[in-house]
Amino acid sequence: MIRIENLVKAFGAKRAVDGVSFSVERGEVVGFLGPNGSGKSTTMRMITGYYAPTSGRVTVGGHDVAEAPLAAKRLIGYLPESAPAYPDMTVHGFLAFAAEMRGLAGRRKREAIARAVERCFLDTVVHQSIDTLSKGYRHRTCLAQALIHDPEVLVLDEPTDGLDPNQKHEVRLLIRELGRSKAIVFSTHILEEVDAACTRAIIIDRGRIVAQGTPDELGRPLDEVFRRLTTTDTARR
Amino acid sequence: MSLAWTIAKRELGSYFTSPVAYVFLVIFLLLTGFFTFTAGQFFERGEASLAAFFGWHPWLYLVLVPAVGMRLWAEERRSGTLELLFTLPVPPWQAILGKFLASWLFLAIALALTFPVVVTVNLLGEPDNGMIVAGYVGSFLLAGAYLAVTCMTSAMTRNQVVAFILSVLACLFLILAGFNPVTDLLARWASPAFVDTVAAFSVVTHFDGFQRGVIDSRDLLFFLSVIGFALFATAVILRNR
Repeated sequence: MIRIENLVKAFGAKRAVDGVSFSVERGEVVGFLGPNGSGKSTTMRMITGYYAPTSGRVTVGGHDVAEAPLAAKRLIGYLPESAPAYPDMTVHGFLAFAAEMRGLAGRRKREAIARAVERCFLDTVVHQSIDTLSKGYRHRTCLAQALIHDPEVLVLDEPTDGLDPNQKHEVRLLIRELGRSKAIVFSTHILEEVDAACTRAIIIDRGRIVAQGTPDELGRPLDEVFRRLTTTDTARR
Repeated sequence: MSLAWTIAKRELGSYFTSPVAYVFLVIFLLLTGFFTFTAGQFFERGEASLAAFFGWHPWLYLVLVPAVGMRLWAEERRSGTLELLFTLPVPPWQAILGKFLASWLFLAIALALTFPVVVTVNLLGEPDNGMIVAGYVGSFLLAGAYLAVTCMTSAMTRNQVVAFILSVLACLFLILAGFNPVTDLLARWASPAFVDTVAAFSVVTHFDGFQRGVIDSRDLLFFLSVIGFALFATAVILRNR
């Protein structure tokens, strides 16, 4: 569903993403690992069409994100890193807006909102204004927005960031369940999440893929593998 | 276009769920009242027209329109919702148009609420109501031109204050371009053709026609092209995110 070929994004002289290639099929949950500033978010922003790549190609469901951005974006549900949402809206109003922007109306819109609210455990705050929500709820509101149109591709940038341990657990279960029928990429720097939710992991450092495979293939313990591949490299800089 | 309308609805809703709309409407009406009746000497003029009302609009809008528009894109940038908006399946021009139209509609509501001056002048005498309608059309277009410029400056920054100051400056240029002190200054080093070109950018000269009750296609074209150009510039700025 997602195919990335030789993706490069340069900001001035710095190459935030430097020749990344991978693909994600339906039924896969790919964990995107890496230290802060390794290029995870930048890659995700290029998959979702927010950033234009300096070079390279991204296709989603066969649609080139640069050439047919609307067709590609229709297939994607995206949770950006900071989980942004319009603070002056209620949770319901925000999800209704997201649903309308996805072309849903009438009964389909109502059902989509109800399903997203249920999946993300938002029923107690539906009519609350977003700026009064705690961080966990705000995060899940934005996640609900990404799920509203039941997309075939999910791109989630740190979906468990800012959640309490129970919520983290629930979101991981949700990702695993959704992963059976969708193609999912999510970024994290919590290594247990790889075991808990992923079918495959990609480790990225300084804009390059340094390892990929199932958690078992990468070797155990995972945190040691991760440190060997990334921090030592950073320390040498 | 339906997506532009969805965005416009959301934007307009956000004016009215925050105090911005009410504060703005009250201040706008108070100031138009003050400028018309006190500073504009509505009664002393002894004529049944709204010249005292419309004459102040270029200056009044100079501060008030950037205040309405400064948040449009700056706030989306600051809160990160820009990323959300531009990863939804909506062509950027529809997002830009939707947000612009919402604010323009809001300014239209503010302008419509000045109807008591029209009632007053009709009770006191027999004004040329066609002229008043033309005045309103001109005033609405003027507000749209300032607003489009504010959209553009708002897209440049995540800071609303910066957006406000830049748009006041740009709008001030649109007013002053035709003013004698400015054209004289320019004439010292620039060719007369250049000075004339700059002067043609002044909103005041184009707004004058409407105040006299004339809807000239050239004036119409001027305002619409300022709006078109500024929104196009907004799109270019937002593309380089």
